[in-house]
Amino acid sequence: MSRPTPRPSPTELPFYEACARGELTLQHCEPCDRFLFYPRTHCDHCHNPTLNWRRVSGKGTIVSYTVVRRAVSEAFTAPYVIALIDLVEGPRMMSQIVDTKPEALAVGQSVSVAFEAWSDDIKLPVFKLHGVLGK
Amino acid sequence: MAKSGLNSTCALIGMAESDVGIVPDKTPRELCVQVTLDAVRDAGLTLQEVDGLITCNAFAEPIMYHAEAVAEYLGWQPRHCVTVNTGGGTTFMAIKMAAAAIAAGMAHTIVVAMADSLRSFMTREQAMVVQSSSGHPHYEQPYGPTVPAYYALIARAHMDRFGTTEEHFAHAAVSCRAWANQHPKAQMRDLISVEDVLGSRPIADPLKVLDCSLVSDGGAAVVITRGDLASSAAQKPIYLLGYGEGHAYEHISQAQDLTTSAAAISGRAAYADSGLTPDDIDLLQLYDCFTPALLIQIEDLGFCAKGEGGDWLASGISQPGGQKPLNTHGGMLSYCHPGNPGAMFGLTEAMLQLRGQAGERQLPSINTALCHAQGGIMSSHATLVLGNERLS
Repeated sequence: MSRPTPRPSPTELPFYEACARGELTLQHCEPCDRFLFYPRTHCDHCHNPTLNWRRVSGKGTIVSYTVVRRAVSEAFTAPYVIALIDLVEGPRMMSQIVDTKPEALAVGQSVSVAFEAWSDDIKLPVFKLHGVLGK
Repeated sequence: MAKSGLNSTCALIGMAESDVGIVPDKTPRELCVQVTLDAVRDAGLTLQEVDGLITCNAFAEPIMYHAEAVAEYLGWQPRHCVTVNTGGGTTFMAIKMAAAAIAAGMAHTIVVAMADSLRSFMTREQAMVVQSSSGHPHYEQPYGPTVPAYYALIARAHMDRFGTTEEHFAHAAVSCRAWANQHPKAQMRDLISVEDVLGSRPIADPLKVLDCSLVSDGGAAVVITRGDLASSAAQKPIYLLGYGEGHAYEHISQAQDLTTSAAAISGRAAYADSGLTPDDIDLLQLYDCFTPALLIQIEDLGFCAKGEGGDWLASGISQPGGQKPLNTHGGMLSYCHPGNPGAMFGLTEAMLQLRGQAGERQLPSINTALCHAQGGIMSSHATLVLGNERLS
């Protein structure tokens, strides 16, 4: 059993192509001067249909997290950490925090993006506690 | 505050529940048919005197045209027939749609019926996967979140912001179990302590198995009719005094506020509709899918100040003998939780209490009840205010 893996729509494709290159990119709305996530056809504030993809820092902070002790399916091995992360550019993402001990986690901690293969074609952003990156 | 326009236009005059808990001898469709007939009988009516049916689909037996299939099974051609799907909020949004249809003259008497069998007609794995499929398919589900994990994210944020503790959450489970102990039909009746909850199996930190609602089979139905027809009903009518709903987002990763939910919006609307305040509510029947959800609803519906839900629960005010009885059937934590129909049992219990038919656990003095349901991950909310007298 494999983990659920996105099948990107044309609108979403630039996000996943960037992930495959090891880059985190988000859509940016010029009139609002604001980033958004997840990918959309229109800005979710002003509904402007012209959004530009921009590379972002991949840095953020943990807003909340949980250590999953009972996996959702056989495709996952518990324990694993799911978190909500506020990127420094504004948007919030759900992701996993990898390469960490649960007791090292806290709300407000800094994290940095990394990329992990979910299938032959698809890589997804995951996060590591900041400072653990270059170990 | 805009009013729904539904206050006191309708009344609930019939109700029924199936057996609940582990019910392997009937499919969800059969349970739905059974409670439809039983609720109509309870109202002293025949199916020919009812002209509308609203149902909710079942995870364990999905049917493309669900309400139509239930009506067909009964050989019935109702004038108004529709299936509603807003997750756990389906229950009371279906009540709203019934009341609105009656107010608009599209029907005079409607049965709202739903049942599901997550326990006996699905494996644990299937039930887990189907429920977590509410997560965003591209931006949540690939990471492996479970429904308890979504609520754990809310719980952790509340702990971080307000100093709420795992003990506070545990008190919610203890309170519901204390009521279930008095209900002969409850799936789980053995009394539990805070220590039992804290020591139970970890599921998604900080939630343990006793912070999570049950996985059950069961169905329930109610009959709702026009206010002027209710006074001649066989049972004491229970009036819909107010209704409100609130919708904040669908996916938890898109929530702008993890610790205050749109229950605050639905509650304000329902209070404005009814002219009542939290102090006027005699019975609280809230949506306890997980203990943190219950705690946040207590705050957002105005029964205590924001951030004080833990102390409110720990005070024992919601337990048998307390001033604000909460989930007197035992809730989804201890009575039963067959999925989307879960909050129907909060409503049928409120009707029994308001009628004075709740047996051993009957509250001595009760005129009003507030019932709350939510769908998604604290995403969409619906609040009913009920009373055993019409508003003058």
